[in-house]
Amino acid sequence: MKPPSEIESAPVENPTIGIDQTKGDFQYNVDYAFDAGTGLTEDTVRYISKVKNEAPWLLEFRLNALKTFLSKPMPTHWATKDLENINFDKIRYYLAQGQKPKRTWDEVPDDIKKTFERLGIPEQERKFLAGVEAQFDSEAAYSNIKDIVAKQGVIFVNSTEGLREHPELFRKFFGKVIPTGDNKFSALNSAVFSGGSFIYVPPGVKVAQPLQAYFRINAENFGQFERTLIIADEGSEVVYMEGCTAPKFSTSTLHSAVVELVALKGAKIQYITVQNWANNVFNLVTKRAVAHENAEVKWIDCNIGSRLTMKYPGVVLKGRKARGEVISIALANDGQHQDTGAKMIHAADETTSLVVSKSISVGQGRATYRGQVHIPKHLKGCKNNTECDALLINTNSRTDTYPAISVRGDKNATQHEASVSKVSEDMIFYMQQRGLTEAQAMSLAVNGFINDLARQFPMEYSVELKRLIDLEMEGSVG
Amino acid sequence: MSQVSAPTSVNLTGSFTPEAFEAHLARVKHLPAWWLDRKRAAYARFASLPMPKRTDEGWRFSNFAALTLDGFQVGRVVPDEPSSVRGPGLAFLNNAATGAAPAAPAQGVIFDTLQHALLQHGDLIKAHLLTQPSKLGSGKFAALHEAFLEDGAFVFVPKGVEVAEPFIVRHGATGAGTAVFPHTLVVLDEGAKATVVDFFASDAGGFACGGNDLHASHAASLTYIAVQDWHRDTLSFQFNAITAKRDTQVKSLNLHLGARQARHESYSQLQAPGAHSEMLALTVAQGAQEFDQRTLQIHQAPHTSSNLLYKNALLDTAKTIFSGLIVVDPDAQKTDAYQSNRNLMLSDEAEAHSLPGLEIQANDVRCTHGATSARVDAEQEFYLEARGIKPAQARELLVFGFFEEVLGKIENQDLHDNLAAVIRSKFKK
Repeated sequence: MKPPSEIESAPVENPTIGIDQTKGDFQYNVDYAFDAGTGLTEDTVRYISKVKNEAPWLLEFRLNALKTFLSKPMPTHWATKDLENINFDKIRYYLAQGQKPKRTWDEVPDDIKKTFERLGIPEQERKFLAGVEAQFDSEAAYSNIKDIVAKQGVIFVNSTEGLREHPELFRKFFGKVIPTGDNKFSALNSAVFSGGSFIYVPPGVKVAQPLQAYFRINAENFGQFERTLIIADEGSEVVYMEGCTAPKFSTSTLHSAVVELVALKGAKIQYITVQNWANNVFNLVTKRAVAHENAEVKWIDCNIGSRLTMKYPGVVLKGRKARGEVISIALANDGQHQDTGAKMIHAADETTSLVVSKSISVGQGRATYRGQVHIPKHLKGCKNNTECDALLINTNSRTDTYPAISVRGDKNATQHEASVSKVSEDMIFYMQQRGLTEAQAMSLAVNGFINDLARQFPMEYSVELKRLIDLEMEGSVG
Repeated sequence: MSQVSAPTSVNLTGSFTPEAFEAHLARVKHLPAWWLDRKRAAYARFASLPMPKRTDEGWRFSNFAALTLDGFQVGRVVPDEPSSVRGPGLAFLNNAATGAAPAAPAQGVIFDTLQHALLQHGDLIKAHLLTQPSKLGSGKFAALHEAFLEDGAFVFVPKGVEVAEPFIVRHGATGAGTAVFPHTLVVLDEGAKATVVDFFASDAGGFACGGNDLHASHAASLTYIAVQDWHRDTLSFQFNAITAKRDTQVKSLNLHLGARQARHESYSQLQAPGAHSEMLALTVAQGAQEFDQRTLQIHQAPHTSSNLLYKNALLDTAKTIFSGLIVVDPDAQKTDAYQSNRNLMLSDEAEAHSLPGLEIQANDVRCTHGATSARVDAEQEFYLEARGIKPAQARELLVFGFFEEVLGKIENQDLHDNLAAVIRSKFKK
């Protein structure tokens, strides 16, 4: 087994703040059996489709998406100019080891297991976790559908398998929540997607344990374009969790996923993300759900890593009394821009939505909240409540808030509130009086700031989150 | 941009053709050369800049269908003055001053037309007139304003002088399709105190493209009120620029009542410690009216504060847009900024858009904003009705209560009552 090859020349963004930048800084040599090369042309798309043995309609779909992607301008009229630094010609759009997803732990190659170890997932837990699907590069390297889940009739496979084995179901919902032309990056994903999960929960089934997937990027200049589709049939319930850490590379990497959720009548979906890409990753993700009558969709979204994240999980409240919720935590450190938020599109009477966003800007980090709430004509009884709080740690940390709230008619109510503050000096002083170092005090205060949101995460995630915040806060003071 | 050699298409200048501009220049050729040069540059800018587009972030949710430069003619003096421009203070009709300039209320105070001031106090005007850039998306219209600005009001209050009586300025337009370019320039020297009120009214649909510059020096205190009551077929633009120096108090209140489609841009700069800007607005949007309000409050120095409260009442099929941005520059520590937009929905067809924004680059600040859109509080309505008050009356009381939060900030009781009466009249059908 080869030891991880550290990249020694990688520049340390801010040596003074003392964060251990080498954490998660590892890479294994992998023989990529399939490699579409760099750059994006029609041939790249044809190649991906061929390798994946796809039906003609899908190739057609991909090629149309490519045209849409190429014709759409960069959204820099509202988004950061940093997007212009993405060099689409240097990105690898498809890469896989050519293996079929593994069914048992023994079949997983050793060096991949080693990667998981570095991610801090103990072996016991790995085996215990229900239906872990860890994506190693483009394809799922390990896919284990736990017996119980399968017995309940739940389909939990990667998207390639979903397309192959459940084409009718997949096609019925695929691209319906997020059309190809929704934005430039959803078009890109539609052209070159590979990997991601496909989940179908039959009517009335309540999936007891969260379904999890871990994603990793492990090749220089390699973009990852996973596509996830989750369908919760009438009255069913499911929790999905994704978390990621990525090795650090010297040049920028692009990650552009599309996640579509469909909650049919009375269904509940909870989608939890802990995003911790390396500081050179552009993370441009489109996530949206449709909630039918009485359905509930809750996005819990935590962004800690990446160079630039642009992600605004949304819920289209399509049926009466549907409910949408976005809980968002963002931490932006030096060299990072977390441009996150939420989108609530009310399309039926008595629909309600809640957005709670907390961001923390450290050093020169920049956190942005961007939101949209839309209540069209002739609806009644719709409610939205949005709260955004920003915490600024250092003198020149930056935060922005850009909500857009459109309400028509007099039978609905919206409320938006935002505040910006710093950690109170009194609080820090008090804790130092009690023997804590300034950094410990700061870390405690920041954890306190997000505590009510962090508590909504499953146990292991909130522990991980706390650990990540401790790490980020080290050296941010003094 | 001004040197673009491409032919100036009719689409870019509409009724405001080079010939119309030359005719305007001929009317003001007696004014200082620097001012005429600036006007020429402004016209070139206007003629080369494109019309706003749907994808312009500063025009999000705006209505482009009726945004036009065609079908207007620059207003000319008419013999009969409508009653709207009669009264105390300075008055302008179709871009020209009417009547005699009022006497200055105190030693050193200047209250005169811009044309007189340009000739007599050229340096003072040069240093303050239209010196702030257009930052909120209407660069083209702001350039048009500068190019065609013919006359307006100038208020100067010298060091330490406090003027209790408000300076009243009436801007009128008469005749269908008339284009007017009203302007009010206010300069308060150190420790000065004044209240300036602009009234805008017209008797027929036209085009209004007005501006005001408010400058408050060290420890000055300025209250500025604008009552926009153009004809209901008018297309209106208003640009407001506030610069506040050390320890100043600037309070501005905009009452938006008239016009078919009205865009108001307010740009407030807090340039030195102790500066405070209070930005207030009340809008009664009815019929198919559209009010598009864009604000920017920039905190450029430590220890500054601003408070924005924009309230809209929406009836019928009216539409309002509020887009505000608080910017705190790096190192502008101890900033205290607040921004609030309240929309009172009084009809099932009305449409309100709120875009309250923050861009904060300093950490030791208190910045909050809020936006709400809702109908009259049912519980309050019930309470009033339970006390025997008729539903229609209860609703009226609650609507006026909604406005009173802003009106109550006007210290001058006469002015307060006047404005309340103007708003009340809007609700009488």
